[in-house]
Amino acid sequence: MSAALIWPKLVKRERPSLTITILAPLLALVAATLLNLLLYLIMGKDPVAVFHAMILEPFISFPSFSEVLLKTGPLLLIAEGLAIGYRAKVFNIGAEGQFIIGAIFASALPVWYPMATGQWIWPTMLVAGAIGGAMWAGITAFWRVRLRANEILVSLMLSLVAAQVLNYLLLGPWKDPNGFNFPQSVMFQYDAMVPLIIPGTRVNASLLIALALALVAYVFMQKSFTGYKLEVGGLAPRAAGYAGFSEGRAIWLSLLIGGFAAGLAGAAEVAGPIGQLQRSISTGYGYAAIIVAYFGGLHPIGILFSSVVMAAIYIGGDNALVSADLPIAAVRVFQGSLLLAYLMATTFVRYQLVFLRPVSGVAP
Amino acid sequence: MTAPLLSLRGISKRYGEIRANQAVDLDVAPRSIHAILGENGAGKSTLMKLIYGVETPDSGEMLWEGAPLTLASPAAARRQGIGMVFQHFSLFETLTVIENIRLVVPGRTAALTARIGELGAEFGLEVDPYAHVHELSVGERQRVEIIRCLMTDPKLLILDEPTSVLPPQSVAKLFDTLQRLRDGGVSVLFISHKLEEIRAICDRATILRAGKVTGHIIPREHDAHDLARMMIGHDMPEPPPMTPAQPGETMLELIGLTYTPDDPFGMPLRDLALSLKAGEILGIAGISGNGQAELSELISGEIRLPFDDREQVQMMGEPAGHLGPADRRKLGFAFVPEDRLGRGAVPGMSLARNSLLTAHPQGLVRHGLIALAEAADFTRRCIADHDVRTSGVEAEAGGLSGGNLQKFIVGREMMLAPKLFFLAQPTWGVDIGAATTIRQKLVALRNEGVAILVISEEIDELFDICDRIQVLSHGRLSPSLETRRTRPEDIGRYMIGAGAAT
Repeated sequence: MSAALIWPKLVKRERPSLTITILAPLLALVAATLLNLLLYLIMGKDPVAVFHAMILEPFISFPSFSEVLLKTGPLLLIAEGLAIGYRAKVFNIGAEGQFIIGAIFASALPVWYPMATGQWIWPTMLVAGAIGGAMWAGITAFWRVRLRANEILVSLMLSLVAAQVLNYLLLGPWKDPNGFNFPQSVMFQYDAMVPLIIPGTRVNASLLIALALALVAYVFMQKSFTGYKLEVGGLAPRAAGYAGFSEGRAIWLSLLIGGFAAGLAGAAEVAGPIGQLQRSISTGYGYAAIIVAYFGGLHPIGILFSSVVMAAIYIGGDNALVSADLPIAAVRVFQGSLLLAYLMATTFVRYQLVFLRPVSGVAP
Repeated sequence: MTAPLLSLRGISKRYGEIRANQAVDLDVAPRSIHAILGENGAGKSTLMKLIYGVETPDSGEMLWEGAPLTLASPAAARRQGIGMVFQHFSLFETLTVIENIRLVVPGRTAALTARIGELGAEFGLEVDPYAHVHELSVGERQRVEIIRCLMTDPKLLILDEPTSVLPPQSVAKLFDTLQRLRDGGVSVLFISHKLEEIRAICDRATILRAGKVTGHIIPREHDAHDLARMMIGHDMPEPPPMTPAQPGETMLELIGLTYTPDDPFGMPLRDLALSLKAGEILGIAGISGNGQAELSELISGEIRLPFDDREQVQMMGEPAGHLGPADRRKLGFAFVPEDRLGRGAVPGMSLARNSLLTAHPQGLVRHGLIALAEAADFTRRCIADHDVRTSGVEAEAGGLSGGNLQKFIVGREMMLAPKLFFLAQPTWGVDIGAATTIRQKLVALRNEGVAILVISEEIDELFDICDRIQVLSHGRLSPSLETRRTRPEDIGRYMIGAGAAT
């Protein structure tokens, strides 16, 4: 037999390994961390300082940690919504656009009625944002169901359109007349802001809403019959057809849920830490949430953890930017390598490495 | 006896826990037709894959003309002179015969065409080299596959269940070809589970049961009972007794059903008519690819007709052509599709969750939430009543053997208490024991007054259980034939489209 057979080979496991399922994200996190620290070392940065700023600081300093919680909210919301669609194999890649449209819908109220008062304003804004996001995602669903247009491309390209809609509003009708010509809206009134829940920080009630919706997502995905239908559609589309579960409904539902959650997150962002509509309302939440959803194993509970991890990477990256002089692209590189490492690690859920020895040959 | 062409000594192969082949010995003599007989899952296909170099054995040795043989790939097997015709053809439908052959055989078109003509005349494999493959009948496609193998002058030709796709009349022609090949110096390894065929044509037979050899025999010296005992360990089960039919109301009616699929290689259906009453079993005979897939999806509702054509399908006396699968089920319809994994069941889900697929209206969903206890209970009853061998309700459907999964799906659909029960290829890839169980249950349901429609390629099966048979060939349905007054040859005539001798 040739020596080539001594190389390790991937062999399918008889059943998926639960241990690896749980270990995979941790292994990926460690691998991505080491890889990135090595990268910083090559770049001539002090890895200890970077490690401290990026990994430890977000968790040991309370101001930093409160910022992590603040970022967890939108990531958690969007990722829970996306995961429902991904399980049904409806790939909504346009959460970024749905987030932006959600922010615009929410902003309409304080922009048009800057003098309005009352505790009803911020909840109305959140609802408006969620509806806006769902409507934007609905465009993708419509074309997918009507023309079988690929939802990945349509939703992704609609994100670019959404960004231009935002630009148009900020450079034109919604520009703050007293804003020195900056592309941003007026600052929102007090009642248009989501109430804070931890004094002295920027953490607001939208985190609680995100947590509550995570619970709803859990029940929906794991216990409800509608969630079951979506999952069958994703795992075995022909079985869904055989059982009579409508494919069109699954596509609509998946995209509307994803858009609803992303729009809500967008609304909570302008009605929260930002307080006005501006160009930089999203720092790539819609795309980062894709990583969060997969990194959480598309499971509502897993996503709870992965959203905190991703938020910490954002904050840690910001810290390192300041204290260890890292370039701004470092966060993106970290996110990307984390997803790659995770996807590689998940291979071992269903496969194992086997070191084949040469066949012993002739029977006695 | 002359020195064997191919010898296997103690060949074993396992896939995880499954021992597909255990210490198999086999000698194929030159110039012989050698049968490998065994039922589904006996290890026939694995053994052929080892001989053809698709897989390598875990232990044991192979000798080819007396010298040790190690095969790294099918290409290596072909270089040694081993050719194989698979059950499912590997031809490009949009290319012509000669183009398909040129893909694997080097040479100029003119020379190849001449060679195709020679082989055709010598072995009775006539085929038009310039015809497109999609225009050819199944028998002709098989001939193309055989010619393609013969182009490389093999000494051993492996045929995997070659007759399962042929109408009875074409089988005789294939056998003629095989005999001519043997006389021309080619040995044939003939894989089958059909006893009579093996007795008719094979010089020697090796019988496999559960991965082990249970006999090396000369088939003509044994009768079908002996072969069956060696193959399944006991006598062939008797077909279930049928009480005289007492047909009730009409449950399913097709009235001029006409359908053109979007897929250019699908089979359009033309003006189908059938009528099925409560308390009878109607069989649809014919080889897959003649509109079977389209017909089954039209009856199940996976393909819906436009609203204006809804009356072409009548269920329980109502127009149903426009209804989806869920609505048809509400009328009392249940269906077992021909593909189990991915259509009749979701491979990656537990049996309990697979029960929900069609049994959810049986109280398995409450307030929109899955009722776990009820789903588990339903599944447990299905497992117990239908003899599904599995570790329990949490076992993944994909982990069950073909026969057990089929028993589960048939059981699940029966538990829906249908008035109209439709099964497509109910015993495909199912072992004989399980197939018999399924047939007995169908007859019992018929006697209770359920209307049953069965699409099957196995003519014997249809003759065992059907009151009437219709043949689906080239998208057209023959008139209804009463089973008691019909011979298999009559069915065969309709299968090749010749029509009945009136």
